[in-house]
Amino acid sequence: MFDDFFIRALFAGIGVAFVTGPLGCFVVWRRLSYFGDTLAHSALLGVTMAYSFEFNIAFSVFIISAVIALILIQLQKKTNLPGDALLGLLAHSSLAIGLVVIGFLSFIRFDIMGLLFGDILAVTVDDILIIWIGGAIILVVLKLIWKSLFASTVNYELAEAEGLNPDRAKAIFTILMAAVIAISIKMVGLLLITGMLIIPAAMARNISTSPQQMVFYSVIGGLLSVVLGLFTSLEFNSSSGPSIIAAALFLFILSLLKIKQSTGLKN
Amino acid sequence: MSSNNNILVKLKNAGYQLNNRFLVEGVSLEVQKGRIVTLIGPNGSGKSTTAKIALGIYKKIDGEVEKYTDKVGYVPQKISIDWTLPIRVNDFMLLTDDISEDQINEALSLTGVIHLKNKSLGNLSGGEFQRVLLARAISKKPELLVLDEPVQGVDFTGEIALYQLIKKIAQELNCGILLISHDLHTVMSATDHVVCLNGHVCCSGSPSDVAHNHEYKALFGEQASKTLTIYEHKHDHVHTNEGDIKKN
Repeated sequence: MFDDFFIRALFAGIGVAFVTGPLGCFVVWRRLSYFGDTLAHSALLGVTMAYSFEFNIAFSVFIISAVIALILIQLQKKTNLPGDALLGLLAHSSLAIGLVVIGFLSFIRFDIMGLLFGDILAVTVDDILIIWIGGAIILVVLKLIWKSLFASTVNYELAEAEGLNPDRAKAIFTILMAAVIAISIKMVGLLLITGMLIIPAAMARNISTSPQQMVFYSVIGGLLSVVLGLFTSLEFNSSSGPSIIAAALFLFILSLLKIKQSTGLKN
Repeated sequence: MSSNNNILVKLKNAGYQLNNRFLVEGVSLEVQKGRIVTLIGPNGSGKSTTAKIALGIYKKIDGEVEKYTDKVGYVPQKISIDWTLPIRVNDFMLLTDDISEDQINEALSLTGVIHLKNKSLGNLSGGEFQRVLLARAISKKPELLVLDEPVQGVDFTGEIALYQLIKKIAQELNCGILLISHDLHTVMSATDHVVCLNGHVCCSGSPSDVAHNHEYKALFGEQASKTLTIYEHKHDHVHTNEGDIKKN
């Protein structure tokens, strides 16, 4: 029943879910969903770079996203524009430049739909290796900065006063965001990566009382979404990204029932 | 009275400016082990700013700060917990340091909120949260405690008890405390040194010196000086609306 490509997609998706779960919690806590979107949009530029110079896609996306993140930080320091305007500026201009560059690369046939929404057929063994090795590195680094990142999420000044160096943690976290987008772009596509980060974490928020619990449920939610989504994708021949995100949304709706119950008990 | 290795943090003519305007300037003070230094002053006088300079939160400062310890406990003046964070009191106690279960229980018992240990932070009242903040700061047994209005929102009897606790902690842990308060009734008995701020250091001294000061007695009477009420003093200058200082 399982074709080879499906097993590959499953392995890749599971690897992605392990990483997006914990990072997604921080995206929700720190209100970074538009930041995630901006990095994801800039990923298209990264993909075109990969094709132009024959780089590895994940590596190229990682570099471009990290550069965009750095530009954002500089713009925030040097201009008086609000954060969301800067994010919109970078997201759409990098998307536009990416599309313009694609136009120039007419000798390569791009699967635009695959780039935007993910393509399980395109997942190779190399991709799985990149996802699992890259993912493991991301999780180890996140574990190392967890304390100071979480403390500064709760209260920046408290973390700074008690010697946790929140600025360094924030900078490292930004790089981790670029990295997670780089490894998940093939699975979910660049328009839906932020959904993979946010929706399982949002679902987890509804049923959690502690940060560790939220991370745990977020990972579980991501894993279930991947498995459910990929089976749907196989069954109905739908794109993998939208199927996974739709599955995540389904779990989120289920988690709303739990909220209703708990508020019902309170009253 | 001061040997150098007792000093935990020392400000030399320190100041901080934002948009070319000084929030506070020319502050010199030191906090030593086992001693409580209290900052008082009206709103906007630079109390919290001075604390943040001492803590190293503000980095681009005028003057100098010398900090001789990394074991710091901080109770900020304002802290709001985001509802997006599912966090219980117990998780909050472990925020900056991995302390043991016993240490958590001990600190929460001392501030009288052990029964809230598994409650969500978002569901606490203002006074309860303040007690949790204080418990967190003392639980890691710091060498330097910086308490910015630590009893705001706590009921009156609780306030006195917490100040007694703060004094006891200073003695037991032999830690130095930089305390900020605008409510002097209760602070006076628990402090060794008072610094009055109003954009700069207006005056400083021991509380009893002030309380037994003739002008002080004339102003408030014998009874007031015995119960150590408001730290009142004469200024040799006034502050104009433009923020300038004018000598009388």
